[in-house]
Amino acid sequence: MSAIWTMIAKRLGLGLLTLFVISVLIFGATELLPGDLAKNILGQSATPETVAAFRRELGLDLPAHTRYLNWLLGAVQGDFGTSLANKRPIADLIATRLGNTLFLALYAAAISIPLSLMLGVLAALYRNTIFDRTANALALSSISFPEFFVAYILIFILAQSGLFPSMSRVDPDTGFAETLYRTFLPALTLTLVVTAHMMRMTRAAIINLLASPYIEMARLKGMTPMRVILHHALPNALAPIITVVALNLAYLITGVVVVEVVFVYPGLGQLMVDSVAKRDFPVVQAVALIFAAAYVLLNLTADVLSTLSNPRLIHRK
Amino acid sequence: MTDFSSPKGVSRRGLLQGATALGTAALILPASVRRASAEPKRGGILRVAQASGSTTDSYDPATWDSQFVQVLHTARCGYLTEIAADGSLVGEVAESWEASADAMTWTFKLRDGITYHSGGNVTAADVVASINYHRGDESKSAAKPIVEAITDIKADGNNVVFTLNAGNADFPFIMSDYHLPILPSSDGKIDPMTKDGCGGYIIDSWEPGVSAKLSRNPNYWKTDRAWFDGIELVSILDSAARQNALITGEVDVIDPVDRNTVSLLERAAGIKILATTGTQHYVFPMDTRVAPFTDNNVRQALKYALDRQEMVDKILGGYGSVGNDHPIGPSNRYFNKDLEQHSYDPDKAKFFLKEAGMDRLNVQLSAADAAFTGAVDAAVLYSEKAAAAGITIEVVREPNDGYWDNVWMKKPWCASYWGGRPTEDWMFTTAYAAGAPWNESFWDNARFNELLIAARSELNEETRRAMYYEMQDLCANQGGTVMPMYASYVMGMSDKVAHPEVVAANWTLDGFRAIERWWFA
Repeated sequence: MSAIWTMIAKRLGLGLLTLFVISVLIFGATELLPGDLAKNILGQSATPETVAAFRRELGLDLPAHTRYLNWLLGAVQGDFGTSLANKRPIADLIATRLGNTLFLALYAAAISIPLSLMLGVLAALYRNTIFDRTANALALSSISFPEFFVAYILIFILAQSGLFPSMSRVDPDTGFAETLYRTFLPALTLTLVVTAHMMRMTRAAIINLLASPYIEMARLKGMTPMRVILHHALPNALAPIITVVALNLAYLITGVVVVEVVFVYPGLGQLMVDSVAKRDFPVVQAVALIFAAAYVLLNLTADVLSTLSNPRLIHRK
Repeated sequence: MTDFSSPKGVSRRGLLQGATALGTAALILPASVRRASAEPKRGGILRVAQASGSTTDSYDPATWDSQFVQVLHTARCGYLTEIAADGSLVGEVAESWEASADAMTWTFKLRDGITYHSGGNVTAADVVASINYHRGDESKSAAKPIVEAITDIKADGNNVVFTLNAGNADFPFIMSDYHLPILPSSDGKIDPMTKDGCGGYIIDSWEPGVSAKLSRNPNYWKTDRAWFDGIELVSILDSAARQNALITGEVDVIDPVDRNTVSLLERAAGIKILATTGTQHYVFPMDTRVAPFTDNNVRQALKYALDRQEMVDKILGGYGSVGNDHPIGPSNRYFNKDLEQHSYDPDKAKFFLKEAGMDRLNVQLSAADAAFTGAVDAAVLYSEKAAAAGITIEVVREPNDGYWDNVWMKKPWCASYWGGRPTEDWMFTTAYAAGAPWNESFWDNARFNELLIAARSELNEETRRAMYYEMQDLCANQGGTVMPMYASYVMGMSDKVAHPEVVAANWTLDGFRAIERWWFA
């Protein structure tokens, strides 16, 4: 087991390095964007004097590397600073939105992961039957439509008839059951978008194994096809499935801004878009680092779980 | 002008008279909602969805630039003056005002007994501090240019005395600008981040970019305003989501309605459309310092090379009216009714090209929907029509991001928009006076600039009218701005929402004041 712990420690260290590199890249990219916060906040009303006064007040007139180092010094001490645009502490700004984003991601994952694993196993079991083809066709068509289109269709069918609200407005006072109800449509949209990927990977990984000699042996012993798949094929197919699930989870956390906008759900995506549009660099940094950390941690978890699922990797000589 | 504040409400004749006075600023309403509005009554929570609102929005009045904050803070704050629904100016925090004979010194008498949400009285010192916040070298305010003419502000008992660097007969109008709320002060300074105010509603919670909740100020001094018990402002950026929210009853008012789908909403049950045409207009300003736009014949050719009515029909879905290459709207006091209307005339355009010594003209027009919704389509339409006059307009599609910074007033010809200003002087000074920071066409016309200064301090109505008429003529026939259309503000609302018969057109949502002017029927 100690091999696992060493791996986790190493990967966490590398993860930190990745985050640092990302913070430099994001800062550089924000610098490359034309215009700065002062000009974007004042917009059409900007005049050279007011822009200069704005920059002086916010320290935007300092050279880029000074600004980056100031930010970094704060960040390593856990202080992400305040939004340049409205002076709100970034921790406050992000807290509820991060909660909302994670809630929606977990909600969608709680529906889509069991659903896609089940469909994947069944599709492998009944491969090339009508069921397999229908499930594949449906999943592929829902992933092929853009998210907003899926969302509009769901609103058209489920919200205009009054079954579910078309807006997923939640605040910290909303009860759990109520939140589940109000966020059902965005969760369903995301489910439709991610299911195909995970289901097809499950199906492919299992089918791949079905040609192996040990599966043939199991069949020859007279096992039922279901038992062959669940007890013999699936455990060996876990590694690729876990990787795909982790990738989709990361996507659910970082890539859902369109769904947020259509359902008016206050998540991190919109915060990121607004902050980039106004060049509010400390907020952009903070959100980008959260997204990056989500990828790093989920990939790490996927690798650890894949290793654990494969005794050959744990007991390496 | 008709008295709209008559306690019996406005008769149909009154509305018609008002409508004539306001020109086309009158309401364009479907027949179903044209019936007289019932007497206002108290109660209910109004939910308004708007297409703006960003996580970067702030309490700081220096930065207010989007509709969400404009509406939110107008509900929270009081201003010295207010533009009434009929376009006239009435007092708010100021009870009355008077000018010296040269219109350089203005004395505002404050109304007694106005209090902040936190309890204190509104004082003359607060007014001084609130306006001073936007002045001076350290000012980072978007409103700095409009208060630049003030050289001194003094509190004098319950009066505030403004001294200007030149006479300005319209100065009290400027004090109604949404950037200039009266906020509590201490030691001659306001706290720009304060949540306090003296308006009709108190902000209970505000999550920028998401929503704001307000409750009625129980001590509000206006007895005939602020009918709703509470307000919920939501930002819904996606136009389909906004429309769905209204149809499914999750909000009561949406603004704006997408012009492409407004006809669908018109047919929906229990929903009415409100459109007001005021001073908002869309423009294509040319940089008059850059060839070929230095030649007025080229500018005139381009002004005759677009089909304005077609643009109103196709780009605005009919919700607007044709423009005449100057920024003064039909609802303005000194709108020049006698000016010849520019229309699509390829032959005339060719004539002007010939005058300029050309038989073909190739120009680039930069546009992005950041300038106004449909700007790119409008530019393409322009280009199609101009071809018949031997003018090739190459439409350059620019990114929305950073448009005001990188394209506007940088590229020789681009798309832009103006919400318009309540007075002729304010509008001309902002965007057409030589040297003005927002003179987007870099136009410098000696006669125009001379008239601008003269008209500003002219107190004789007829002389002033003649001056503004001439200035509109100069703008239209020598200016560097193609102004194809006035765009209406188009709002959608539930049947249950009632509003006065005359709705302000200076800004959207009843001049940003729907919250305190409207009620539930």
